[in-house]
Amino acid sequence: MLKRRIIPCLDIKDGRTVKGVNFINLVDAGDPVELAKAYAGQGADELVFLDITATIENRKTLASLVERIASEINIPFTVGGGTDTIEDVAALLNAGADKVTVNSAAVKRPELISELAAQFGNQCIVIAIDTKFTDDEWIVFVNGGRTPTPLRTLSWAKRAEELGAGEILLTSMNNDGTKSGFSIDITNEVSTCQYSRYCFRWRRFDGAFQGGILQHRMQRGSGGKHFSLRGDRYKGSEKVSYEREYICTDVKPL
Amino acid sequence: MIAIIRYNAGNIKSVQNALTRLGYKSIITDDPKALNSADKVIFPGVGEASTAMQYLTKRGLDQTIRSLKQPVLGICLGLQLMCRFSEEADTECLGIFDTDVKLFPPVDKIPHMGWNNFLTMRGELFKGISPDDDVYYVHSYYAEISSSTSATCDYILPFSAAMNRENFYATQFHPEKSAEIGEKILRNFLEL
Repeated sequence: MLKRRIIPCLDIKDGRTVKGVNFINLVDAGDPVELAKAYAGQGADELVFLDITATIENRKTLASLVERIASEINIPFTVGGGTDTIEDVAALLNAGADKVTVNSAAVKRPELISELAAQFGNQCIVIAIDTKFTDDEWIVFVNGGRTPTPLRTLSWAKRAEELGAGEILLTSMNNDGTKSGFSIDITNEVSTCQYSRYCFRWRRFDGAFQGGILQHRMQRGSGGKHFSLRGDRYKGSEKVSYEREYICTDVKPL
Repeated sequence: MIAIIRYNAGNIKSVQNALTRLGYKSIITDDPKALNSADKVIFPGVGEASTAMQYLTKRGLDQTIRSLKQPVLGICLGLQLMCRFSEEADTECLGIFDTDVKLFPPVDKIPHMGWNNFLTMRGELFKGISPDDDVYYVHSYYAEISSSTSATCDYILPFSAAMNRENFYATQFHPEKSAEIGEKILRNFLEL
């Protein structure tokens, strides 16, 4: 039986992990390699690293960070941020990433998805979509959530799938970093596309995509996943610690 | 010394990283002499069957691999290339295992990607492993169950999760990406 996945996601800026709320107010959250090791040790199924600054200089830093992660951890991981050419993707895969995310560049030139899928196989091409509920509709944003596009999220996800995206990594900008859970409505809509896999938690999704700095422990096995999330929430500058227990019993075959 | 076969497939560095973490020295090589003299050979791979086979055949590595006498471990595409024939671009493969490789029927999401447990298992590779243990898969094609099948997994239909014939071993899953269970399986191979 194929299992649901728990996937911690680390936002990277200048080689450090950062944590924001609704994509702003970033605070330092530690060394990505140390965090990656901790997550892998606690039973995470995969990891995602997104370089949210994504300039040309940072891309080289990112490749060397990927090499460090690849040598330390024993689970699959996805890397992205500013990846807009076949060469960018090849560099990250060669450095040891299992999958690469593409976001703004695919919106700008959707054929890029087909080109990447043909070159590397669709299993390693993840299309990242940042979405925000705007004027009664879920709209796609690019450039790290700074620029709205005319694209509706559901139709863009379907198009990306048709072009060869192996997975879709959907982030709700309304919910990001607010500790209020996932946007179930848009995630549910997107996950009705037939073949792609989506990095989200809840009934019909294949994976949980957990951002932020959380410490969790999980057990792999046939009976489901039991895990707890502990972390620090920021209220302005005041830090509030919290802990929640989850039992994920939704492990029916996909 | 462990030799990892160098060819035009991805994911080779991940295998070397996993061996290093387990404390084993390895080389990545396509030199038949180095492959023949290695204690163990790993035949990894993520990629497409026909281009991989063309690459191997052009360099005579197909003959080298078939004639290896020490323990050999194929991983993912490596397992598929060790079978007779693959539906992926209708490719004649190495014929080490007496079975064919087919595309999953499109009744569920393809590729089969993620963590899955075993239906059955036997042999040295699975010493200390339970059928409830999960390992990591990424594949759209599968090897049909045959007399060489040493473990099975169920996704859409039961298929060969691992194979073994004489000194040839292979896994459809990625032990190098399967956390501590994968490390146990790799260690079992390395200690053969």
